[in-house]
Amino acid sequence: MLSSPTGSAERTGDVILAAEGLTKEFRGFAAVRDVNLKVHAGSIHALIGPNGAGKTTVFNLLTRFMPATRGRILYRGQDIGRTGPAKVARQGLVRSFQISAVFPHLTVLDNVRVALQRPRHLATQWWRPLSTLRSLDDRAMELLTAVQLADKADLTAGELSYGRKRALELATTLALDPQVLLLDEPMAGMGHEDIHHVADLIRQVAKGRTVLMVEHNLNVVSQLCDTITVLARGEILAEGTYTQVSADPQVREAYMGSEDDDD
Amino acid sequence: MSIATSTPLKTANDALGIGHLVGRALIVLALLALIAAPLAVYPVFLIKILCFALFAAAFNLLVGYVGLLSFGHAAFFGGAAYITAHTVKEWGFTPELGILAGVAFAATLGLVMGFLAIRRQGIYFAMVTLALSQMVYFVFLQAPFTHSEDGIQSVPQGLLFGIIDLSKPLPLYYTVLGAFLLGMVLIWRVVNSPFGNILAAIRENEPRAISLGYEVNRYKLAAFVISAALAGLAGAVKAIAFQLASLVDVTWQMSGEVILMTLLGGIGTLLGPVVGAALVTAMEHYFAATSIPAPVLIGGCFVACVMLFRRGIVGEIRHRLKARSSR
Ligand SMILES: Nc1ncnc2c1ncn2[C@@H]1O[C@H](COP(=O)(O)OP(=O)(O)O)[C@@H](O)[C@H]1O
Ligand SMILES: [Mg+2]
Repeated sequence: MLSSPTGSAERTGDVILAAEGLTKEFRGFAAVRDVNLKVHAGSIHALIGPNGAGKTTVFNLLTRFMPATRGRILYRGQDIGRTGPAKVARQGLVRSFQISAVFPHLTVLDNVRVALQRPRHLATQWWRPLSTLRSLDDRAMELLTAVQLADKADLTAGELSYGRKRALELATTLALDPQVLLLDEPMAGMGHEDIHHVADLIRQVAKGRTVLMVEHNLNVVSQLCDTITVLARGEILAEGTYTQVSADPQVREAYMGSEDDDD
Repeated sequence: MSIATSTPLKTANDALGIGHLVGRALIVLALLALIAAPLAVYPVFLIKILCFALFAAAFNLLVGYVGLLSFGHAAFFGGAAYITAHTVKEWGFTPELGILAGVAFAATLGLVMGFLAIRRQGIYFAMVTLALSQMVYFVFLQAPFTHSEDGIQSVPQGLLFGIIDLSKPLPLYYTVLGAFLLGMVLIWRVVNSPFGNILAAIRENEPRAISLGYEVNRYKLAAFVISAALAGLAGAVKAIAFQLASLVDVTWQMSGEVILMTLLGGIGTLLGPVVGAALVTAMEHYFAATSIPAPVLIGGCFVACVMLFRRGIVGEIRHRLKARSSR
């Protein structure tokens, strides 16, 4: 159902996405400072860190939604430092947003259709009727079924609960069949039930794909992710497996010290 | 999948948001009314309404369905009128060729203005379109062929396609009606098409559309050009119908008037701009006879309408019908 992408030249383990000396300054304030990051193909990689650490900004830079002040971004070995955000997405590097991004007045089905239209060359036809898009329905329903939204297909996306909006967002992202998914806090604001479901879903979609995700729930991170990068005040503090990172005294001080208490 | 095949495809914007059958019946009724209208009302008055209705509908394609507020649409409306009037009067173009020239001019101007404005968001987009349309205004003011304050007068109406005599009121009316309907069908098609679905997505959440790989500026520019071309069609037809192209139609006040018509009738509804244009044109016509200046009265009506119906007249009707049917 969630078939892996086709035509990927990268073998598991190769570096598929890399940042070199990535820096972003907002009027002199360095939100991201000299970040070096290597994301390996086929892995689930977590980016964690306290609020304001610069995680979302890193996502904005990697997906070219914001220009970097300095540094290079390499995707599949190519420097994408001058590529536009839409083109980056078309090359298979697709992001989600921290604040759930659906098209609120479109139906749930239409939300997924919008994502399916472009790869299937049904986006620019202004002279054809809307019913042309029916040919996308089978695939759209498949994706909605995968995120357990098939019975909500006809609702307006704005009517969905927060957790379901995130599920819809995931289905929409998957419709593009991306090679690398950047998920910004995909489980924020979800209940326990939903968290387990989305974690399963991410594990499932990660087969044959690469996932870089920002997540605060360390339980999820420890179970799901192969590599963890810890960001604090715009800089990388530590990197490694969960065991390695969680043993790091600097990390415990900057981030986990406070988090340990509430679990 | 079974669910997929049984899922009704919702038309994103059926004319009033009412059922299909009722909607179709209403459309047929409206068509019959339009065909019979010159029996009851002066054709000249109806022609004026139809020209402005098409202008407002073209403008609404941009503001209502893409979410871009242009404050410079008079440049396309009035600009096309000048080109049509000049090519027909001075170069001896047939009416259909003259109209085509006007539309081509408006589309080209739309491409240039759109290209310069589309990168801006919100109020800055409106400001850039206003500034550019003011430049167009000054060009037309200075260019000798427009005869500045006099305008291009006594434009010959000629024979459409070599047979239809446009100097007679009824053939002229049905020609204008044909152009109006062509424009409306085109707008309806664009809005309810795969392309229209992407426009809706861009309007709803632009960053998300970008993250799905859409070059949103190209889609916006395409919509801008279509809107400009149709505004041009309205202006071109008006120049032939009234045998006149004048500065009034390229002023910023005209850009403002089309905004007012659209707001009054209902943004983002197919029929709203038509209703708004009819109302404003009728008010101007009837208030012209009173001692109070028309702009004051129209302004008053506008304020009252906006307070009473936030969504515009057609928008409000649609909203109430929807609310009732979902209860
Ligand atoms: N567009 C922006 N303009 C100015 N400052 C910003 C902007 N985006 C983020 N920042 C600042 O950069 C820092 C990092 O923000 P962000 O990347 O959102 O952190 P995180 O996602 O880790 O919580 C914060 O201090 C934030 O205020
Ligand atoms: Mg963030």
